[in-house]
Amino acid sequence: MLFQETTPDTSGYMIAGYAIAFIVMALYVISLILRSRNLNQDMATLKDVESSAVQIHAPSPSRTGKKPPKSATKKGRKK
Amino acid sequence: MQPKPLALKVLDILSILLLGVSAYLALVFAPTEVVMGDVQRVFYFHIGTAWTALLGFILAAVFSVVYLVRKDLKWDRLQVAAVEVSLVFFFITIVLGSIWARPAWNTWWTWDPRLTTAAITELIYIAYFMLRQGIDDPERRARFGAVYALVGGISAPITFFAIRLFRTIHPVVIGGSNVNAEGDFSMTADMRLAFFFALFTFTVIFIDLFWNRIRLGDLQEKVEQLKLKVSM
Repeated sequence: MLFQETTPDTSGYMIAGYAIAFIVMALYVISLILRSRNLNQDMATLKDVESSAVQIHAPSPSRTGKKPPKSATKKGRKK
Repeated sequence: MQPKPLALKVLDILSILLLGVSAYLALVFAPTEVVMGDVQRVFYFHIGTAWTALLGFILAAVFSVVYLVRKDLKWDRLQVAAVEVSLVFFFITIVLGSIWARPAWNTWWTWDPRLTTAAITELIYIAYFMLRQGIDDPERRARFGAVYALVGGISAPITFFAIRLFRTIHPVVIGGSNVNAEGDFSMTADMRLAFFFALFTFTVIFIDLFWNRIRLGDLQEKVEQLKLKVSM
């Protein structure tokens, strides 16, 4: 650029620079949104699994000391 | 996930607005530099992203010290957030610098002290995430990460002072001058306005992204704990 008389046209480099800067920032924001969405989905799934596990492992009535209700069929057989 | 706080929503919108105004000041308001032409305009975002990135790396080193003292994983999440956002910003800095160098220095890349230290810093923090990926135990991962980020933090001031300590062709625009610099220029009042506004804008954007990333880290932690609870 020594002894130059006019300002060079370097607008192409400028446009490329700003385009890359905006694209990289946008990609990062998108990655944050996607990761957050995936984690929220994981959280919902795990909560479902946890609640279903609680129902399966819930103490049976015999363990709690209460007598199990007799079934209508058994009652009928005794008679 | 907890709903976004109102302050963070405001900060999100403010960041977008500031980025728009900053782009206007850099691309339209600031005068065209006579010797380099329009490519000089990348300088505003180049310095803005570099400033916040280096600040973030130093912040990460501070969080590392706090983690090593208190052993609270909250500080580890802050450290990861600071490094991740800084890594993205520093990547933009390097790419913008390379694009500016093509017409100014007639090359995309040269192993100048500033460029070399910047590349090393970026690689150090890419390796930081690779290291973390390789460790499963959260406590161990946090401890190793803290020590690594603390040592890696030294690269930030070295990168900043490289153009002031070593013989280099990189211009020193702020706080000094470099007789060997190629592509040096002095700022007019309008350029200075665009420059300081870009610094302010990228500081706000950094805070916004940092906050969002911390929330993501918290959510990750909750999911990990729930996974452990379900698997037991």
